[in-house]
Amino acid sequence: MEIQLSKEEEAFRQEARAWLQEQLNGPFEDLQGRGASGDQDTYVEERVAWGKAMGAAGWNCIGWPKEFGGRACSIKEEAVFNEEYVRANGPGNVGHIGETLLGPTLIHFGSPEQQERFLPPIVSGEEIWCQGYSEPGAGSDLANVQTKATLVGDEWIIEGQKIWTSGAQYSDWCFVLCRTDADAPKHRGISCILVPMKQDGIDVRPIKQMGGSSEFAEVFFDGAKAQKDHVVGGINNGWKVAMGTLAFERGASTLGQQYLFQKEFEQVVAVAKESGAAKDPIFRQRIAHAAIGLKIMRVNALRMLEHEGADLNREALISKLYWSNWHRDLGKLAMDLLGPEAELLDGAPYELTAMQKWYLFSRADTIYAGSNQIQRNIIGERGLGLPKEPR
Amino acid sequence: METERGYDPATWAQLSEELAWTALTIPEEYGGLGMSYLDLHPLMEEIGRALLCAPFLSTIGLGANALLLSGSEAQKERHLPGIAAGATRATLAFAEKNKRMDAVGVEAIYARNGSGYMLRGDKSYVLDGHTADLLIVAARPEGSTGAEGVSLFLVPGDAEGVKRAWLPSMDQTRRLASVELRDVIVSDEALLGDEGRGWGLCERTLDLARIALAAEQVGAAEMCLEMSVEYAKVRKQFDRPIGSFQSIKHMCADMLMLVESARSAAFYASALATQDGDGLEEAAASAKAYCSDTFFHCAAETIQIHGGIGFTWEHPAHLYFKRAKAAENLFGDPAFHRERVAKQMGL
Repeated sequence: MEIQLSKEEEAFRQEARAWLQEQLNGPFEDLQGRGASGDQDTYVEERVAWGKAMGAAGWNCIGWPKEFGGRACSIKEEAVFNEEYVRANGPGNVGHIGETLLGPTLIHFGSPEQQERFLPPIVSGEEIWCQGYSEPGAGSDLANVQTKATLVGDEWIIEGQKIWTSGAQYSDWCFVLCRTDADAPKHRGISCILVPMKQDGIDVRPIKQMGGSSEFAEVFFDGAKAQKDHVVGGINNGWKVAMGTLAFERGASTLGQQYLFQKEFEQVVAVAKESGAAKDPIFRQRIAHAAIGLKIMRVNALRMLEHEGADLNREALISKLYWSNWHRDLGKLAMDLLGPEAELLDGAPYELTAMQKWYLFSRADTIYAGSNQIQRNIIGERGLGLPKEPR
Repeated sequence: METERGYDPATWAQLSEELAWTALTIPEEYGGLGMSYLDLHPLMEEIGRALLCAPFLSTIGLGANALLLSGSEAQKERHLPGIAAGATRATLAFAEKNKRMDAVGVEAIYARNGSGYMLRGDKSYVLDGHTADLLIVAARPEGSTGAEGVSLFLVPGDAEGVKRAWLPSMDQTRRLASVELRDVIVSDEALLGDEGRGWGLCERTLDLARIALAAEQVGAAEMCLEMSVEYAKVRKQFDRPIGSFQSIKHMCADMLMLVESARSAAFYASALATQDGDGLEEAAASAKAYCSDTFFHCAAETIQIHGGIGFTWEHPAHLYFKRAKAAENLFGDPAFHRERVAKQMGL
């Protein structure tokens, strides 16, 4: 059981493969495999240049409608592209927040003026976006955002703090959930405002993660300014917009991600063979269990693609919980197989091996983009119709 | 369910004669409907949901598949129409008291006897062995080892020297039996497939039965989930439905994740069985391992979510729980199948 491709789709695959191979074995050779999870703060300038080259060749935002600069690719074609991207060892995409979150949000909720102003530079790779949702007091309870925006004349004045903002250090813009009506019930007084990052009222402080890299940051707003008409979806309608954004965050990337997981899994198997651990009956069980889990993940994804369009189908609902658990377990298995050697770094002061990097980073998988606990609430309430927790 | 036979003949007649379930995967030239293994998948899920008590898995998953895989034209013509019509119930007698699932476990022997064969040995854990009309028996020539020499024979259930007994078991919804072969004489036409190459055939048959069983486990696990969810919506404690508590909700969410993933594993294996594709062995082992774990987990959680009532004889939860454990062991447990996957990977 594989994805069944039409002649046109197969031609699309070949076209994507040819371009990626040429670029990543040519001008962008140094970027192969750079900037992946756990390593996203490296080679930023070069990856911005890569994003522009992708844009110029028409490979950014391929799933968007043509009127907004996309290629109107089906979710299947997007999956094919993502698979080829990982196969070619493409670098972490600095533009992915704009492409996968803000862009679709603007296409759905934005005004024609906003679409015209903001979508083209996402497609061309010229403007990089970050997402200003989480706050110290608003994680899983996102509706509790306290960052305040006040309309003064023609401008919003923003005060407050965001946290865990990926790529804030190098982003040009941020879409920020702000409280715009302090008296309304908490879900109803929020607006989604587009804020330029390069201004005096914003202070970005990178946060060092457990792996030693700094892929996300704290963002302090102290009198930061945004244009009056840069509210997405209307004032005090931000909760609806935010929920819409999170719903875009799934689907086509899964097959590409699995190709990545497959590569990591193969490295784990190689370690097991080399170290002799592959002869240990308990490790054999664990490795086989991981292999079975990986294969199932792929079939889950194929079934999800088959159901394209069916909103909130079960395969889509379980996807995040499934892959994050699988990946976290693989990280643990990798370290267990290495035994005492798992401790040894590539070098001082804290040069992690690639495997150590994704082992540590996998602990974030079950937290970001909706923690496992939030995922289980969503599955229980939307997938199974169980009653909501009183809030 | 409460009889020694283990099924209701009227139900069997209905599912075979009226509903033609037994005919589903039998080719049309032998009186069947000629449908594929993928078509069997949803039926097996339904059988699992209902915990059907009938010799269906044995007859179709084991008997019919073994005949289809290597029966001679004459053997197929003789037995398959009866299976399709529900008149013949068949099973595979491969396991013995040593409980092994590999070729080494076959200790029963056969020897040439004139133009036919003589069979001697004790089979155990035979699915529906005490009621089957047709037994497919694995035996080896004395002195042979491993897979070498193992051959399969078609033996009528009432042949002289066949002594069968029900082995009462914890799972009340399925029947296991012992089959003693006391110098049973069969003709040369009883040999199924090539002499000495029976183990490969046996394994292939078992893999196909495992895939059908995996689909059954998916359906049964999903039924457990649905019972749990329904109960969690109506059962109130602390003035709230217990399903509004995250402790219960999250158990149900995990069950859904497992059920859908198990469905993917079984579905993938059914698709390979339909295409007779490469990797069938690994897919069957993967599906059997994962679906076994899933069904057991869901059945256990169902009892926990139902609380006291789930522990009673009146509520069906115990039947699912018992079937889950028995199904886990049937045709090899999850650890056995994970080891097969490890071998396939070259570990």
